Formats: sequence, structure tokens, C-alpha cells
Amino acid sequence: MSEEKKIPAELKELLKAEFGLEWRRQLRQGLPVKDRMKIARHKMPERPAKERAKVFLEVNLGLDAAAAQEEARRCLDCANPTCVCGCPVGIDIPSFVKLIEKGEFEAAARKLKETNSLPAICGRVCPQETQCEEVCNLKKAAGTPVAIGNLERFAADWERSHGVVSLPTLPAPTRKKAAVIGAGPAGLTVAGDLAKKGHRVTIFEALHMSGGVLVYGIPEFRLPKAILKAEVDYLKRLGVEFKMNFVVGKTATLNDLRAEGFEAFFIGTGAGLPNFMKIPGENLVGVFSANEYLTRVNLMKGYDFPNYDTPVFLGRRAAVIGGGNVAMDSVRTAKRLGAERAVIVYRRSRVEMPARTEEVHHAEEEGIEFHLLTTPIRYIGDGHGGVKAMECQKMGLGEPDSSGRRRPIPIEGSEFIMDIDLVVVAIGQSPNPLISQAMPELKMGKWGNIDVNWETMATNIPGVYAGGDIIRGGATVILAMGDGRIAAAEMDKYLRR
Amino acid sequence: MAKILQRVRLVPNVHLLEVQAPEIARKCAPGQFVMVMPDERGERIPLTIADWDIEKGSITCVFLAVGTSTRKLALLQAGDEVPVFVGPLGKPSEMRNFGTVVCAGGCFGIAAIHPIARALKALGNRIITIVDVKARYLLYWEDKLRRVSDRFIVSTRDGAAGGTNEPHYIAAELNALIAAEPRIDRVVAIGCTYLMSASAEATRPHGIKTMVSLNPIMVDGTGMCGACRCTEGGKTRFACVDGPDFDGHAIDWAEVYARRKSYFDDEIRSLCAWEEKTFG
Repeated sequence: MSEEKKIPAELKELLKAEFGLEWRRQLRQGLPVKDRMKIARHKMPERPAKERAKVFLEVNLGLDAAAAQEEARRCLDCANPTCVCGCPVGIDIPSFVKLIEKGEFEAAARKLKETNSLPAICGRVCPQETQCEEVCNLKKAAGTPVAIGNLERFAADWERSHGVVSLPTLPAPTRKKAAVIGAGPAGLTVAGDLAKKGHRVTIFEALHMSGGVLVYGIPEFRLPKAILKAEVDYLKRLGVEFKMNFVVGKTATLNDLRAEGFEAFFIGTGAGLPNFMKIPGENLVGVFSANEYLTRVNLMKGYDFPNYDTPVFLGRRAAVIGGGNVAMDSVRTAKRLGAERAVIVYRRSRVEMPARTEEVHHAEEEGIEFHLLTTPIRYIGDGHGGVKAMECQKMGLGEPDSSGRRRPIPIEGSEFIMDIDLVVVAIGQSPNPLISQAMPELKMGKWGNIDVNWETMATNIPGVYAGGDIIRGGATVILAMGDGRIAAAEMDKYLRR
Repeated sequence: MAKILQRVRLVPNVHLLEVQAPEIARKCAPGQFVMVMPDERGERIPLTIADWDIEKGSITCVFLAVGTSTRKLALLQAGDEVPVFVGPLGKPSEMRNFGTVVCAGGCFGIAAIHPIARALKALGNRIITIVDVKARYLLYWEDKLRRVSDRFIVSTRDGAAGGTNEPHYIAAELNALIAAEPRIDRVVAIGCTYLMSASAEATRPHGIKTMVSLNPIMVDGTGMCGACRCTEGGKTRFACVDGPDFDGHAIDWAEVYARRKSYFDDEIRSLCAWEEKTFG
């Protein structure tokens, strides 16, 4: 759905100018390339697997300053930094990495924030291995790329923990009002960018906490909520207003907001509609969408029941259907909540799994079982409305389908029964239809997504833009943020028209 | 944060909550609901909107104090605040001149049926209201309902209101009405699952369209989680966005009953923990 990211001419010029700076030249000369290539990649320190399978504390512990500087030294500071092409928001990667090498951590964080409002989050949840690190020249030359994501996280964490988060100088207020619908990664990005241009930004959020999928979907052990809170507080300091418990399309329509003086709109309402497989028994008690299961645990803090009132189903034998990051988050959550067996059931093989390698690896370390090339075909009830087992079928792999992955083909006669008492269905989400239902004039695509011009993120309605999962279906945090950056730039132009 | 304007006990265990919510008051229609979280550690629960006042900017809900969340709500006083009060959610009830409509309400549904009866009456329908209560002293809003009803029937288990000492049940009341009335075009039932399923079963043999307002467990209330899914006519629906009103004859009631009890043990555990903490 998305197109290959090209580096805009402006950014190319900027990268070239930064590359030519005297301090960069000196730093390059300080250590020859062959010596830089000899340094081994620093492994991210992790909480031991045995310890973490019981707690929700963050798994990755972060690099210390010495390790971060040493890792930054591995960067060859190439004249043609291909890593930047791999970044959906176009971060000036060489500059921030070299500032770390130089020991100027605060400056490195500021450099990141020029293009990325949420570096502490991206440093944790971006799939760097398929983006910036995938196209890192060091990977081509020496096999392992610079740990760009870990360095991003380091700089952002250092800034926060040293209390030096500084506000950029804001331009004179334009007195133009922009409405951002949905406080997820796309919306937060748009809000930050527009506030920095001097516009009055209000974020409308349906839930009682900001963050969208970052708060209801991604568990504490992968993204501590305190980090998210710090990023949201930063936006508040930039002057962004948050209107919580407000469902645009229900509490007020977009046209109502227009009447209140809002001129530009960004719709970032995400892919909040869980998909089910439509197989028998799917509505039995004990079968959940990943959205429900994770929302109960993350947003409502069900892991601390009954100190918090929202209960979460505790399975002894938990099966999670799917092979993406949401499936990994769900199965690792079930394990932490005390499941004796926590199993991934995925219809293709390991190589087709969309989850990040790191997440699969962490799951394996924590004792998660993988039933690959397997799919449930029906759930079996216990006679009282609850689920007690599921019938599965083994799959083979055929020719690649439209997604480029090999198509799973059911193997006749391979059916078997698996005893389970908790099922989490994590096979993807569709775009949330609440806004489009309230706005029949909005042009939609065939998957229930909002149709946009991919160059500008503009919808068919003037002044209304959209981005993130509402246009893409289930994608990633960083792609949503990339959409947000483009939309914010266009909205700025629109507001100044 | 939303401010509580008043919280009154109407009858034992049934409370009225009026909350400052001018935006919701401007938008809401009969049949819609709000999601409420009583405090920062609370659960998000749906409450049907029982009334609203655009000038005052308020929304009124009536609820039965039964679990942790509703017990917490029942302790609120005017001036207190709740962290979540969001809406109006769900689709409004279908409104037009059907002819003769029976509005059946029980428990919190006695209040929830009121705005529906009022709007249907304004559209020219003949309204027969049945309120179903265990005993006469549990009846409330009688005057309000009588004002919008052409006939008003109280069905009580103690029989006190029926003029006899026989216990009355909703299904029998409906059967009697169907036999006596020349024509009933529609039944709308709101209350506990039992009241709604019993109403649907009573009208099924007569083919009288019976709409029910499902009140399943919800988390976000905006279509995001699917906790509220039910089966209507063999298809899975989300009560929060596809409902809450459904055709009572097409609903899989056994599933509704089972799913409502999903967290039965946890709900008791939660209530015990909260009582221990609150009252010692």
C-alpha cells in the first residue's frame, strides 16, 4: 500500500551540509574505517528470561553511556547515508549517532526531536531491522548494522532521565486552530509538528488516556507507560490541548468542530476494529480479540486486579492465533499472567511471521510454544458457554499470494484437538468505522480505510487529512508517524493559505 | 472529568445519576448509552441514557447497584467527579409511527424505556407501557411514564398492583395484552436479560417485532474490543456499534446469558475486595 520512501532534495542538502561540518570531519579522522568495522555490535542488555516471565517490567534495559558511545563509533559516517532512506520520518541518523560518539547526548536527543516527536517510543517499538538498519552500509560491509534503534532509545532516555528535555523556541502564534482526532502515534506526531509551527492544536481522544495503540495495545514490558506519559507531557508543554473522552462522530461531528473555528483536521483513529475468523464457537466465553485482551491488561491495568477493578481472563492453557507483534504481545502477556502453557498457533511457517525477530526470540526465551503451519477450525464448548478445546488443522505452503508470502493450504485429515481454556485472536484489525459512518461524504477505499492522496495525506474533503492505520489497516507505529509528518506539513500550508 | 449534579436513590438499590455533560446532551437520542468509569481504578461500564437536559447540559442515567462499579457510583454525591463519562454511543432506537407500541421496562429499564416511549408518543404512536417489578415498592417514575402512555400496566410478583394477589410475570402480561388488544405493532423491551428474552419469547409465536436493548459487558464502547459481541440472525454483531438495539427474535439468548457471566467469579472477588477496603 505504501510507496518506497525517497529522500527529499531538502533533506539531501541538509545531510550533505552536516556531513561537511568540521567536527564531523575530525571525528571521522579520529578512527579509521577498518578499526570502526572491527568493533562488535553491542547487545541490548535484557532482564533474564526466568525473571521476566512473571513480571511486566521492561525486558530491554537500554545501553549505558559507554556502550552507546562505543556503538556509535561503529557508524562509518558514510557520505551517502542510506540509513536515512530506511526511516519513514527521515531522521538525520548520522548526525545524532555522531553526537553520541562525541558524548553530546543532549544535543543528540535534540537532533532526533527535530524530525521525530517520540524518539523514546520509536527507539523501542520500531522494526529497525527492516528499516534504517536493514539498509545501513555497515550491514553490507561487515554483516551487522549499527544499532540505530538502541542508540535512538539511549539518547531519548538520557535526555528524559537527566531532566534536560528542552522546549524548542516557538514561533509567534498563528491563531489558526487544528483538530487532531485520535491521540495515537500519528495524531501525536501531527500535534507536535503543528504546535511547533505556532498553530493552536486540540487532540480529541475517545479513551481516557492518550497514546492509542501505545497505551492500550503495547504492553508495559515492551513500552513502559511512564515513557509515553513523558512524551505526552512534552506535547502539553508545547501548548497542545488534550480533550479526552470525546468521540468525534458521536460527541460532536467534524462539521460541529468546523463551526467552533477549527480549520484543518487530521483523522488518526487507527485500526480499532478487531477481525475474527468466523469459525464455529468463536463467541464462547474465553475467546477474546487481542484488542480486548490487551486493553484489559494495559489500559485498564487488569494485571493488577483486584487493585484495579477490570478483571482479565486467566488461562492455564492459552492459545494465541496469529504471528504478528500483537500475537507475540498477547502470548507473552498470557504467560506473565500465569498460563502454564502459552502457545502461538500460526498458519504459515516461521519465515512468513510478520512479528519482529526480536519479539519472537524473546517469546521463545520465555517458554512460549510455537505451533506453526496450524490453524484453528472450530472452538469446542464446555457445555456452560465456555471454551475447553479447539480443533486445529495442519497446513502446507503453496505458491506466494498477493502479500508475497506463500499461501497456506489445509492438509486434509490432519485435524487434531488441542485442550485450551483461553484463546486470543490476533489476526489483524480493520480501520475503525465510527468517523466514516458519521461522514458519508468522506471517500473510502475498499477495505474500509480512508482514501488519501499519498503525497499529501489529504482526503477528498478540503482541509481534512488522515494517516496511520485508518488509511493503512494494521501497520506500524513509525509508518503512522511518517504519515503524520507529511500531513502536518501539508496542514501547515493549508492553514497559512 | 465529569461533574455529578445529583445522585439519588430512587428505590432500594436503584439510583439516579445526573452528570454535567453538555456536549452529550446536545447530541443524544433515545436508545443510546454512555460509558462510565467511577474512579481512576474503576472499570468502564455502559449505562443507558434515561434522560437529558440540553439547557442544563446534563445527562441522567439510572442504574442498579450490584457490582463494584455500580456500588461505587451509588456512593457519589453532587459535586464529585468521575474520570470517564463518554457518549452518546451506540445507534439511536428506530423511531417512527408504528401504530401501537408496547414499551416494557424492568429494573433500570423502567427509566431507560422512558425517553423511547416519550419519543414514540410524540410521533403519534399509541403507547402501552408495562413496568415489571418484583414488588410494588420497587416501582419508580410512575408519573413520568403515565404521562407518555395511553395505557399503563404494572406487573409485580407480589400482585399488589394488578388488583389481585396473583404474581404477575412479563410474559403473561404480554400474552394477556396480545389477546385483549386488537393490534400490537411493536414491542420494545429494556431491562435485565431475563425480561428481554422472556418478552421476545412471548411475542415470537405472534410474529410481533420485538426490539431489545442489549446490555453486555463492554470495555471501550466504540467497537474496538468486541467484548460485547452477540449473535443476531447467525451473524456476529458488536452491541456497542451495531446496537444496542436488536431484533429479540433473532438473538442467540443462551450466548447472551453465558457471555454476561464471563467474569462472574472475578466480579464477586472484586466486590469483596472493595467492600473490605471501603467499609473494613
